[in-house]
Amino acid sequence: MAHFIDRRLNGKNKSTVNRQRFMRRYNSQIKKAVSDAVNNRSIQDITSGESVSIPTRDISEPMFHQGKGGDRTIVHPGNDQFITGDKINRPPPAGGSGAGGGEASDSGEGNDEFNFQISKDEYLDLLFEDLELPNLQENQFNSIVEMKTHRAGYTSNGNPGNIAIVKSLQNSLARRTALSGSKKRKVKALQLEVDELTQRGDVEGQFVDELKKEIAELKKRISKVPFIDTFDLRYNNFEQYAVPNSQAVMFCLMDVSGSMDQPTKDMAKRFYILLYLFLTRTYKKIEVVYIRHHTQAKEVDEHEFFYSQETGGTIVSSALKLMDKIVTDKFPANEWNIYAAQASDGDNWADDSPLCRKILVDKIMPRVRYFSYIEITNRAHQTLWREYEKVAEDYSQFALQHIRQLEDIYPVFRELFKKQAA
Amino acid sequence: MLKDEVKQLSDGPDWNFPLLEEYHVEIKRIAEHYRLDTYPNQIEVITAEQMMDAYSSVGMPIGYNHWSFGKKFIQTEQSYKRGQMGLAYEIVINSSPCIAYLMEENTIPMQALVIAHACYGHNSFFKGNYLFKSWTDAESIIDYLLFSKNYIAECEQKYGIDAVENIVDSCHALMSYGVDRYKRPSEPSLSEEKRRQQERTDYLQTQVNELWRTLPQSNEKAEPVEPNFPAEPQENMLYFVEKNAPLLQSWQREIIRIVRKISQYFYPQKQTQVMNEGWATFWHYTITNHLYDEGLVSDNFMLEILHNHTNVVAQPAYNSPYYSGMNPYALGFAMFTDIRRICEHPTAEDKAWFPDIAGSDWLDTLHFAMQNFKDESFISQYLSPKVMRDMHLFSIEDNDSSKYIEVSAIHNEEGYQQLRSKLSAQYNLSNNEPNIQVFNVDRKGDRSLTLRYVPHQDIPLEGKSAQEVMKHLHRLWGFDVKLEQVQANGNIELLCQSITPTP
Repeated sequence: MAHFIDRRLNGKNKSTVNRQRFMRRYNSQIKKAVSDAVNNRSIQDITSGESVSIPTRDISEPMFHQGKGGDRTIVHPGNDQFITGDKINRPPPAGGSGAGGGEASDSGEGNDEFNFQISKDEYLDLLFEDLELPNLQENQFNSIVEMKTHRAGYTSNGNPGNIAIVKSLQNSLARRTALSGSKKRKVKALQLEVDELTQRGDVEGQFVDELKKEIAELKKRISKVPFIDTFDLRYNNFEQYAVPNSQAVMFCLMDVSGSMDQPTKDMAKRFYILLYLFLTRTYKKIEVVYIRHHTQAKEVDEHEFFYSQETGGTIVSSALKLMDKIVTDKFPANEWNIYAAQASDGDNWADDSPLCRKILVDKIMPRVRYFSYIEITNRAHQTLWREYEKVAEDYSQFALQHIRQLEDIYPVFRELFKKQAA
Repeated sequence: MLKDEVKQLSDGPDWNFPLLEEYHVEIKRIAEHYRLDTYPNQIEVITAEQMMDAYSSVGMPIGYNHWSFGKKFIQTEQSYKRGQMGLAYEIVINSSPCIAYLMEENTIPMQALVIAHACYGHNSFFKGNYLFKSWTDAESIIDYLLFSKNYIAECEQKYGIDAVENIVDSCHALMSYGVDRYKRPSEPSLSEEKRRQQERTDYLQTQVNELWRTLPQSNEKAEPVEPNFPAEPQENMLYFVEKNAPLLQSWQREIIRIVRKISQYFYPQKQTQVMNEGWATFWHYTITNHLYDEGLVSDNFMLEILHNHTNVVAQPAYNSPYYSGMNPYALGFAMFTDIRRICEHPTAEDKAWFPDIAGSDWLDTLHFAMQNFKDESFISQYLSPKVMRDMHLFSIEDNDSSKYIEVSAIHNEEGYQQLRSKLSAQYNLSNNEPNIQVFNVDRKGDRSLTLRYVPHQDIPLEGKSAQEVMKHLHRLWGFDVKLEQVQANGNIELLCQSITPTP
């Protein structure tokens, strides 16, 4: 007899494991496709999923099969014109019509590429795999403390779901022993006496009766001791305790002066978007401070940082001074992991560059975990880069990188935040 | 029966479970009327996503995990989402109970069609056809698949995903060479299987070492010509490797065995495509028409059925842009319908060609044909001149030594016999899969394994993928492997080899 089963409610993701196996096997190819893709995206949709293509030859599963040639006979249907013995020019191999050939490759989905979609999460995971903030330390009991729950013995009151059965019964046993132990001993002794008297035949009725009465009385009292009492109940106790929490703040310093042309600004923004995604994805609680500067620096919010149009001359030290001020005011170095990323085209008022170095060395470097500077320019380095190079010699937590074109952004980003060997 | 007297079943188009049940009762009754003997049916309703899952596990309801199934899933998903392909309306699994998947999206006429097609057509074929009877064990396959999934998962735990994946990759490459084409040992039960696996584990390693042990007393006089090992060429490469590869761990041998068994299980399906689909199509057509004749279903219902049926059995002509070889549904359906015609209304031609079945009981004849043939023999037995004429068959001879391809036979009096034998040969698996067998193992020397390829009709072996497959075989065998070709003049030529790099 047949029966119908409604399987629609069963999970549909029976193939998830196999899909993961596939991703795992082709991890390096997929990663490469992802890092190629990140540069080709517009700033707005940098977080959507991605179409990944890997060469078909890499994923083929070989089998023995027959090659071309030899002597073959094939039966076809639909004869409309042939008679036995007709000779036909051999048709060109595969496909035939010349026009069709070009179209397949135009759409980017020709046969030599295996194309598939990965989700947004998978994409970002791959994008930021093996990256971390360098030198992060768990340093502090924050005001917004992170709590963890752990077992902490037993309590005598709690909710019924947490009753500790073993402990409660242990208590019950202890109480019953305490309340009835001496009586039981007495019963035993009296019983012995009764037995002895009976054995001796010394049946002086009244005495034995009295003993028996006493035994009965004791037994009654023993039986009155309850098996379990609310007094015995114990509950598992859980306590919350504060865990040391790493708090971190990232300063994003961007040059928006007139010398930064639109493409340069776009590159800087791209870099910061990557940084922002990376931070928000990997570290749940992180403060980000945005500072933009031309001749003056200004702390701005996220939206203004990425979208506002404003230009002027360039005094880099203004941003550093502002950062120093904010750090002093809000982020004491013993409580915060402080990071900074600065992007500029390297153009600075010449006299200002030594000042920048001075501020960095005196005020900022001792307090930050990591300071990364990226210079986005196609021209030769100027004073700022040279001053910063000196800083980098003295401080291992200072990194500077040079971005020439769009394609450099992601590799430089990876370079700056790669996971360091423990 | 008059149409008015019968309560017509609802023609939907939406379906629900009680309605499915009603249809099923009627279909079952008619199927029994036509003596279709089936395994019990288990009909599962699934969604499109689940159907894609089922696709990618090549129809196994339970499968071990492997990246290649993930690849298939991604491919299916991609082409489905782009609208390049529709999903099949059903998948049916050769097991007992016979599991059939119905898609949630189907309308009630489609569900009825699918029930008739899968649960009574395919199902009775699985139960009746001699290949399935002797090669597969419908009772135990689900248990075996479960066993293999668990076993491989266990191995992954013990030896790491990569190690297991490597072995499975290599086995997959040789999967079509993991089949006993001619002999078949009797199938042990699952518990027996488990016990034996334990025994093998304990026993096999010593057996193999025994095989390779170099005897301490050196042979002083030169041996006469060493007899080949194996004595006869072996077609079942995976079996040979499983039993004889010197270095494999016992769990690796077990995995080879699992892949081999699954390959064996699917082997009959490869050989009965035309028959199996033709049979199922014939029966969904016959059963739904029977329903209509009894007045159980409406005209709407029947029109939808016919529309779909026509799509299924469409055979594009050789010069159509949609042409991709013979459509097994079309050929199979045409042949079974034709057998019925020959039995019921034989012409003079039929009497000359099929003297033994012309005019016989059509149901008996049809059942006999279903039970005792595979595609190759079915075509050479039953392909009638009428079908060849109707389908306008013609054969093209393509010999690479000549400049032209030639029409060697068409659907006329002189061509019928030729066409029939050529189409039959086209479905002969041993002509389509390269004939490669284990030829020799150099037991006294470097332990290298030699395979031999015997070309069919001078058709060469595709070299690139052969080289890749040889690497996989090398991984399994552990020592050098060579592939030789026997040429037409009897000379032996080395095609490719995979050699352990010397350190």
